[in-house]
Amino acid sequence: MDLALAPETLARWQFGITTVYHFLFVPLTISLAAMTAGLETAWVRTGKEKYFHATKFWGKLFLINIAMGVVTGLVQEFQFGMNWSDYSRFVGDVFGAPLAMEALLAFFFESTFIGLWIFGWDKLPKKIHCACIWIVSLGTVLSSYFILAANSWMQHPVGYAIDKATGKARLTDIWAVLTQNTTLVVVFHTLTAAFLTGAAFMVGISSFHLWRAKRRQDRGEELGEKQKKQIPAMRASLRVGLVVAVIAGMGTAISGDQLGKVMFEQQPMKMAAAEALWDTQAPAPFSIFAVGDVSKGHNSVELEVPGMLSFLAHSNFTDSVPGINDVAAREAAAYGGQPEDYIPSIFMTYWGFRLMIGFGMTSFVAALIGLWTTRRKKWLSPAFRTGEDEVPRLMLTKGREMSPLLTKWSWRIGILTMGFPLIANSFGWIFTEMGRQPWVVYGLMKTSDAVSPGVSRTEVLISLGVFTLLYGVLAVVEVRLLTKYAKAGPDTDEKPPAKDPRLRLPSGGPGAGAAGEHDAADDDADKPLTFAY
Amino acid sequence: MSLHLHDVWFVLIAVLWTGYFFLEGFDFGIGVLTKPLARDRTERRVLINTIGPVWDGNEVWLITAAGATFAAFPDWYATLFSGFYLPLLAILVCLILRGVAFEYRHKRPEERWQRNWENVIFWCSLLPAFLWGAIFANMVRGVPIGPDKNYAGDLLDLANPYALLGGALTLVLFTFHGAVFASLKTVGEIRTRARRFAAGLGPVAAVLAVAFLGWTQHDSGNGRSLAALLVSAAALLAALVMNRRGREGWAFALSGVAIAAAVAMLFLALFPDVMPSSLDPRWSLTAADAASSPYTLKIMTWIGAVMTPLVMAYQAWTYWVFRKRIGTQHIPEPTGH
Repeated sequence: MDLALAPETLARWQFGITTVYHFLFVPLTISLAAMTAGLETAWVRTGKEKYFHATKFWGKLFLINIAMGVVTGLVQEFQFGMNWSDYSRFVGDVFGAPLAMEALLAFFFESTFIGLWIFGWDKLPKKIHCACIWIVSLGTVLSSYFILAANSWMQHPVGYAIDKATGKARLTDIWAVLTQNTTLVVVFHTLTAAFLTGAAFMVGISSFHLWRAKRRQDRGEELGEKQKKQIPAMRASLRVGLVVAVIAGMGTAISGDQLGKVMFEQQPMKMAAAEALWDTQAPAPFSIFAVGDVSKGHNSVELEVPGMLSFLAHSNFTDSVPGINDVAAREAAAYGGQPEDYIPSIFMTYWGFRLMIGFGMTSFVAALIGLWTTRRKKWLSPAFRTGEDEVPRLMLTKGREMSPLLTKWSWRIGILTMGFPLIANSFGWIFTEMGRQPWVVYGLMKTSDAVSPGVSRTEVLISLGVFTLLYGVLAVVEVRLLTKYAKAGPDTDEKPPAKDPRLRLPSGGPGAGAAGEHDAADDDADKPLTFAY
Repeated sequence: MSLHLHDVWFVLIAVLWTGYFFLEGFDFGIGVLTKPLARDRTERRVLINTIGPVWDGNEVWLITAAGATFAAFPDWYATLFSGFYLPLLAILVCLILRGVAFEYRHKRPEERWQRNWENVIFWCSLLPAFLWGAIFANMVRGVPIGPDKNYAGDLLDLANPYALLGGALTLVLFTFHGAVFASLKTVGEIRTRARRFAAGLGPVAAVLAVAFLGWTQHDSGNGRSLAALLVSAAALLAALVMNRRGREGWAFALSGVAIAAAVAMLFLALFPDVMPSSLDPRWSLTAADAASSPYTLKIMTWIGAVMTPLVMAYQAWTYWVFRKRIGTQHIPEPTGH
């Protein structure tokens, strides 16, 4: 059969497309939920309108985004059974449990409390309304934890035994699955990367609004009433975004380093492939640029930092790091077949690894610079201080502002790097999943043995085509909608709820018994809903 | 006979599917009713907003049912999902579009934009409501499953009269359930019309229920499934009576019981198999064979026992928070927001 159209290839393409697509929405959902919750908390505690407007604004973008995250997540759960039924039979005993926990503990939280948050502005007391978005946020974090525990088990299986009678994996220790170091480090890495993603998004959009206002002022135009009122909300958002980006960026780097060390130990092939390190070397260099040739088993062009890879793997500059050829030979000896069968796509892993780090860390550095240049008033000479309703000046030192050209480019970089972490996330997943090949469960099951034997090539082709088309159309719709609402900025005409709604308990309280009838007699019974679909 | 954990989990999976069909049943129904019941956009919005805060939570019952099947009965999950590939693909596409439609429809004021998403809500509620019935019918009746536990038929094997009848039943029953829900949650003229619509649709649902469940009983029934069949039919008739008398809360509870009993009937007819083979009974998947290890089932039982009541409690609270009926006067101006 033509290899390009083999069901395995098609199923892998489908998994790759649907998963990378799904993961464009996931990190934004995780981080925007928490940051919106933080802004709403600030509003509840201080009563300042700028926080209310910021909450509503980011909440809106968050909702446009989570809608896509939720529906594309459904595909993920069905896909294991549809395209990978032999995988599902083999791992279900172990892999199914975290998936079911994710649904029971995380998805119900998210979906139920998001409904309360969207429709509950005039129905719930402020504090309870704010608690709802925090529960949504908790749900997103729990969800990532469980699904990453499942994925980590595929990367590094623990807490299982192979059943002698059936030949399937059987769970023996759920605690080991949920707390193995791969899981913990991956969760740390994914969550920090997620927060970097949302923070960069927030910085980008806030920069857009502030820079637009600044340019108008520089041209001598009078700002509109609305635009003037948007500045405090955008300025607060910019700072929140920058602070979160710096902390999360640092966390991503630290956890990435930890994850690298774990992977050097658990999947030496993935890390050798990430470096295109063909032969075992001591000390091993870190490759900056290389052009490799898989068939020849070496690189034709190389640019390296001596000893650096040894340091990344073992925290010293001398120890040996195993190369691709040696690991492949070792795996072939252990599992049968030819060494080349155990070499993943070096091109994808090597460049995926570099693009992940490059895009992610660029955002981090940009945020670090941004945090410094927009720092607090007390760090600046009085002449340069700006009020919270003004666009901040970008300050190099206490008394020295950036030149107009540098200022222009700083704001532009803030806007342009907005999507960088999204690219980094995608390449990170492509790297880690492709770097595990040919294994679907490392050391236990090969991807080629995992596909559904009963599903025809036509069926996979149909679903691949349908999803690609559907996702493509929805991407256009989603991005247009996001752009429309992001450009419009906060709706500053919107007033916070005047009175804090009281919550009567279903039992007790006068008139609570016949709640429906009673409500109809209320003064504001015919008042329109503050939010409706 | 001692109680096995896999039998307990068979019951729990049935409970999860029942919860799903009870809840998403009425919100599929509301989606279908946006065409025949609503006269204009404002009325359509009234209907959509009755399920606005809750449809997402309802849908998670499906994710949980599927996830729990994966964890508790990996073979059942694998055979079901790979076997019913194209119908499930269609359901997925519908659920994706439908979820996006709810969230995006009101985000732009243009007439065409809103109308398109409303069409999506209608079709993507109608199709899954039908397909779930067809899928469950096929699962209970048995499909060609080979000795390797894999589906060996094609799409045409799934499109048999029994399955089509099952699909028709779920579509009509969910729409009836949705109409009763609409009469319970709305106020004004649309409430009266919803009640009238339910009165008209109820008898059709009853006839389809008796025909389909009777056929199931004839093919693979037992004493317990017969009891569930009778409960379902009786609840449906009682729901009709209550609907006529304007007791909307009772009518809704009873149409819910009718759905729950119908799902229970199917699972009772299915047991002890989970996926019977129409080729050879020896190749049928049974609950005992398809189940995970006792250790996994034990963990799942703990998680389920703690979390399910909690989930039901806070979901019930959501329904209570949004207990107020809505009518056309409550629908704000259609601005993009």
